[in-house]
Amino acid sequence: MSTATVSLRGITKRYGNRPAVTDVDLVLLPGERIALVGHNGAGKSTLIKLMLGLIRTSTGQIDVLGADITRHKASAIRADIGYLPENVVFPPAMTGRELLSFYARLKRRDVAQNQSLLERVGLVDAADQRTSTYSKGMRQRLGLAQALIGRPRLLLLDEPTTGLDPALRRTFYDIIDACAQDGATVLLSSHALAELESRSDRIVVMNRGLKVADGTLADLRALARCPTRIRADFGTDSTLPAESLGNRAGWRAVGVNIYEIACAEPDKMALVRRLMTLPAQPRDIEIVPPTLDDIYAHFLDRKAAE
Amino acid sequence: MSAAIVIAGREIRDSLRNRRVLAATGLMAALALTLTLLGSAPTGTVGVSKLSVTIVSLASLTIFLVPLIALLIAHDAISGEMERGTMALLLAHPVRRIDVIGGKFAGHALVLAIAAIVGYGTAALALAVLGDEVEIGAWAAFATMVGTSILLGLVFIALGYLVSASVRDSRTAAAAAIGLWLFFVLIYDMALLGVLVADQGRTLTPAALNALLLANPSDVFRLINLTSGPDVSLYAGMAGVAHRSGASASILISVLVGWIAIPLLLASLVFMRREL
Repeated sequence: MSTATVSLRGITKRYGNRPAVTDVDLVLLPGERIALVGHNGAGKSTLIKLMLGLIRTSTGQIDVLGADITRHKASAIRADIGYLPENVVFPPAMTGRELLSFYARLKRRDVAQNQSLLERVGLVDAADQRTSTYSKGMRQRLGLAQALIGRPRLLLLDEPTTGLDPALRRTFYDIIDACAQDGATVLLSSHALAELESRSDRIVVMNRGLKVADGTLADLRALARCPTRIRADFGTDSTLPAESLGNRAGWRAVGVNIYEIACAEPDKMALVRRLMTLPAQPRDIEIVPPTLDDIYAHFLDRKAAE
Repeated sequence: MSAAIVIAGREIRDSLRNRRVLAATGLMAALALTLTLLGSAPTGTVGVSKLSVTIVSLASLTIFLVPLIALLIAHDAISGEMERGTMALLLAHPVRRIDVIGGKFAGHALVLAIAAIVGYGTAALALAVLGDEVEIGAWAAFATMVGTSILLGLVFIALGYLVSASVRDSRTAAAAAIGLWLFFVLIYDMALLGVLVADQGRTLTPAALNALLLANPSDVFRLINLTSGPDVSLYAGMAGVAHRSGASASILISVLVGWIAIPLLLASLVFMRREL
């Protein structure tokens, strides 16, 4: 027994001969916000469904909240798991409030708590409408409210913010942060890494069923060694001899008197210092660290190249 | 167990709300009333109780209608939810798959029972209001008919689940359900009749015939109801079979129960193996 909320050891899942997830090890700890990133078909949903016991592993062992979730008796564990499926759908004939009551009863939680959940996701006004009349944003809010029933210790959110407007997205992340502070493990999958920048403690990158990276954003940056780009603008009236930039070694013209170089992170300062000692002083210097998308692309490309 | 009750409650509410209950009950009541009122005309005063005639008419109606209603309710119980995506969310809750099947079955069973009791009850009420003298035995036969109609419905709900749990999508489930209905309600008896005629009693023993009748739940229903009293069996033209069939009513009812339990069990097993 460990304190881990979820532990996956050597998980492989095949559909027929097609592997959806191959030999994945993953440990999720309480209070952690984990971003599971990868493009469509990378195995994100498969991993989440495996953690829920909706599908069985081909090989490997999964423990969720201290028990093997695939066992029949383990269904009670799911009372402590909140799940928001990708493109959540509800039985159409019920109202939002009725649905929350239904799910709360299944989880054996107090139905009276649902009102505060509805308030939390801002769905009080629409609570007595049938879910078939809900917009995508409202369905997603109800989905989140449903996942939050009974203060779950593990939240599994499958692309929760796809198709949401920025304000709602913020609300979502605020609620998720509060849950993590409360000690819950929050795993959320996304195919856009950029929006998760300050919203996750750890990032797990999946590519074609393989876990290709797992760590904090800083870890990932260090691992990826994506180049930082320095761009120097010498102004239009500058008469910059090419020799000033050491015969432009590594520098590449990207505009009139604008030059750019890609360098490794440790070399950055040396280059900037050199720029400042040139006879022709640059009018402007721009330092662009690798974006999350660059890092993401790095991990995906590396696998594609192998 | 309580998860199953919660699911059953949702199914009942759903069925009430989408007017499935209303439609099924209305259909059965309308047809039962028609048969009762029209069906008692040709008997005149030949001494056959009107209720006996009604039982024969309603039992024949049941054989066609009840399996159809049951399959309509049941065929997309599982495949439909899988297709729409509501099943994954349901199973992510502390619910065992057997709770899902059990809960849905309880809910759908109640819907069907309401339809049968109210529908056929209307016919019985009409007869009572019309003021016929009916002997106690005929009322018992009527009650048996209603009860076994429900059992027959449960058989086809269970078969519907088996189909629904086995196929990929609702359209396939609907096609398979229609196939099941055609097979058990129409084709089986015609084929059996064909075999009997062709065989001329050379190889097919009465015991074999009995076994073949028990292998079709709608024939079991027929055996129970169309042989339930001397009047009824005479009127149904089942007197010959009734004498030959060695099976008592209790055995026949256990066979029907078996026809419910086994498909339900198989449906649960198939569903437990399904991946979402």
